[in-house]
Amino acid sequence: MPELLTGNEALARGAYEAGVSYASAYPGTPSTEILETFATYKDVIAEWAPNEKVALECAIGASISGARAFAAMKMVGVNVAADPLFSFSYSGVNGGLVLVTADDPGQHSSQNEQDNRYYAPFAKVPMLEPSDSQEAKDMAVAAFEISETFDVPVLFRMTTRVCHSKSLVTLGTRRTPVRKPYVRNVAKYELVPGNARQLRAKLGAKLKRLAEYSETTPFNFIEWNGTETGIITSGMGYQHAREVFGDEASYLKLGFTWPLPVEKIRQFAARVRTLYVIEELEPYLEDEIRRLGISCIGKDKLPGIFEFDPAIVGAALRGKAETPQEPVPVLPRPPLLCAGCPHRGFFVELGKIARKRHAMIAGDIGCYALGAGPPLDAQDLCICMGSAPSIAHGAQKVFGKFGEATRVVATLGDSTFFHTGMNSILNLVYNKSNAIVCVLDNRITGMTGQQEHPGTGQTLQGDATAEIDIAAVVRAFGLTHVRTINPNDLFEVRETLKWAFELDEPSVIITRWPCRLKKLNAGDQARYAHRYRRLAVRNDLCNGCRECLKIGCPAISFDNIKDKARVDAETCVGCEVCAQVCGSDAFVDGELEHA
Amino acid sequence: MPEVTSILLVGVGGQGTILVSSILSKGLVAAGYDVKMSEIHGMAQRGGSVSTQVRFGAKVHSPIVGRGGADILVAFETMEAARWLPFLKPGGKVIVNDLEIPPAPVLMGRAAYPKGLLDILRARFDATVVNAHRLAEEAGTPRVMNVVLFGALVEAAGLTGIDWEAVIASTVKPAFLDANIAAFRAGCRAAKAKAVTREFAATA
Repeated sequence: MPELLTGNEALARGAYEAGVSYASAYPGTPSTEILETFATYKDVIAEWAPNEKVALECAIGASISGARAFAAMKMVGVNVAADPLFSFSYSGVNGGLVLVTADDPGQHSSQNEQDNRYYAPFAKVPMLEPSDSQEAKDMAVAAFEISETFDVPVLFRMTTRVCHSKSLVTLGTRRTPVRKPYVRNVAKYELVPGNARQLRAKLGAKLKRLAEYSETTPFNFIEWNGTETGIITSGMGYQHAREVFGDEASYLKLGFTWPLPVEKIRQFAARVRTLYVIEELEPYLEDEIRRLGISCIGKDKLPGIFEFDPAIVGAALRGKAETPQEPVPVLPRPPLLCAGCPHRGFFVELGKIARKRHAMIAGDIGCYALGAGPPLDAQDLCICMGSAPSIAHGAQKVFGKFGEATRVVATLGDSTFFHTGMNSILNLVYNKSNAIVCVLDNRITGMTGQQEHPGTGQTLQGDATAEIDIAAVVRAFGLTHVRTINPNDLFEVRETLKWAFELDEPSVIITRWPCRLKKLNAGDQARYAHRYRRLAVRNDLCNGCRECLKIGCPAISFDNIKDKARVDAETCVGCEVCAQVCGSDAFVDGELEHA
Repeated sequence: MPEVTSILLVGVGGQGTILVSSILSKGLVAAGYDVKMSEIHGMAQRGGSVSTQVRFGAKVHSPIVGRGGADILVAFETMEAARWLPFLKPGGKVIVNDLEIPPAPVLMGRAAYPKGLLDILRARFDATVVNAHRLAEEAGTPRVMNVVLFGALVEAAGLTGIDWEAVIASTVKPAFLDANIAAFRAGCRAAKAKAVTREFAATA
């Protein structure tokens, strides 16, 4: 009986069936569930690494030692992991090695829309691109075979819709885990220039064999439906194309997309009257096809940005515009920090002091990016993971050099601190700036949905482990001004920020309180056994000043008729930040009030 | 029914659209359909506008539809129904929860929640309005509001031939089973009552 699996679940299943023993990843939408699924299998090692570079390097170690291994990450993570990728492609593997990149066309949850297919020719590694969950499973099994047969790491390119769409998958059985002996081989793995030059030359021969494989692999197949219209497509583009053209076109569906099957493409193109190339994002296939001297219709008609759907493809290529419904005006619904989010209290005070002192606030990747929007308005920028302290440092140095009093505050999360933020803080100390670093430690990786990290005391597979102390780490870097505070206590936040602004040296403020969505472990229970009590507004005390609306809590709204604030009892969790900004003590214990 | 039926479920992050999509998909697979379901994770889940799609038929290719592609729009929140209307096929059905969740601009007192949305939906579309919150409370807990809407969807989509109560029993926690079953039945009844009213209006 086939099972309904997401692409991520199917990929993990395929790796399991392929006899993979080791996998590592850093969480990132849309890739996160790959490792979460793989971790549920018996007889495997599945780990969260602090960042993607570490994840890939660990997988490389597992491969060299003789086991099958993979690393998974969102597309921007591959930028972080690019260093080992570009060199390990020279070495080649012992146990098969696969790097999964999960791209995000449409930027559902990402800061850019990079098309990571270009990494395949750039790093000189073969690439597989599934278009549904069955293919994700089957290609995952094949990827490890390809890796070992051709002695290369394999790039496995997913996209959000493949990752997070469920479709039926027929499962296979797990083969015996691959265990090759480790044999010392300096010429292969020691990439000093003398060896690397030799490997560079050999890589060409491997790629030639891979190009031959590309012509014969069943992952590059043709569906013939006449010669009038031909479509070359890959990934989710194939599914949309099938939806729009049905059996009225022939398809060259590419699943092994580097090296491309040049002869197959030529033959297919020669037999059809009109040739379309349907692919999301960049003209990756199209440029290669045009380079072969084949004319085709692609990005001249189809969008080169954002995600496709059948309506977009249909409108572009068949002039099938939908009949638009008359629009009904609505308001935007931007995401908000959750009710009870420990970042809220901190941002309330940071926004106030930053506005008063004209400070610059460098943010980072995570839920706390939501602190940038109204009404908190407590973040000026957010570029990439772990960048806040380094961007703050560079800015602080320039403000100082030109004699300007502007102070710079960096805000980053605990998982982001361990990712690459700690390197940035190290630099800030070493190169002597007085930027203020705030580590918003909510005891978990929040945005991607509650993943453990080196600061939580627990591994992906549920084992207790060392709990790395952020304060101790930054003290070891030489920072002497370090304070850990409760972000829900606005007085404490305010006083601590004032203290940091008065210092001429760098400081680190750690706001420590668990994410409201975190399932508290025993340690958390002991430390944060706070009795959350839902609040209510006493109408006789509320003077309608709306100060409480400025904290952007989804539990608080304003009744314009009564001219009073109100608390939604189902949403409120009792962090009491609202009660602290209220000048008339109108927020009271809701359980007493409703009793 | 067309060869492939496309259902678009929309709401606000945290309302349980994904659970409903899972129950729906599970039952459809057991009934022998090819099924694809698409969901979006990440940033929008923090109280933002969310959508899930379920498509089923003899053979499904794309897991999503674009504008003008959904046969049925199920909105867990009133304004979200209006937001996603462009994705409805001409003549498609709307099931909408009579529940207003104020978005940030309203919470902050910078805008008013749009008025008369349900009237517009009733006037222009084949819309079934369900007070899922009240029905869920009657079923035992407001947390099963999503399953009330699921019941209404099953009725409106003509999928009553599948043993949904068995599917629900295999999906939800045993402690919440009774409330979920009660919620499912209440949703079915609400949609059925609406259909009867419409027939009456058509023949009168």
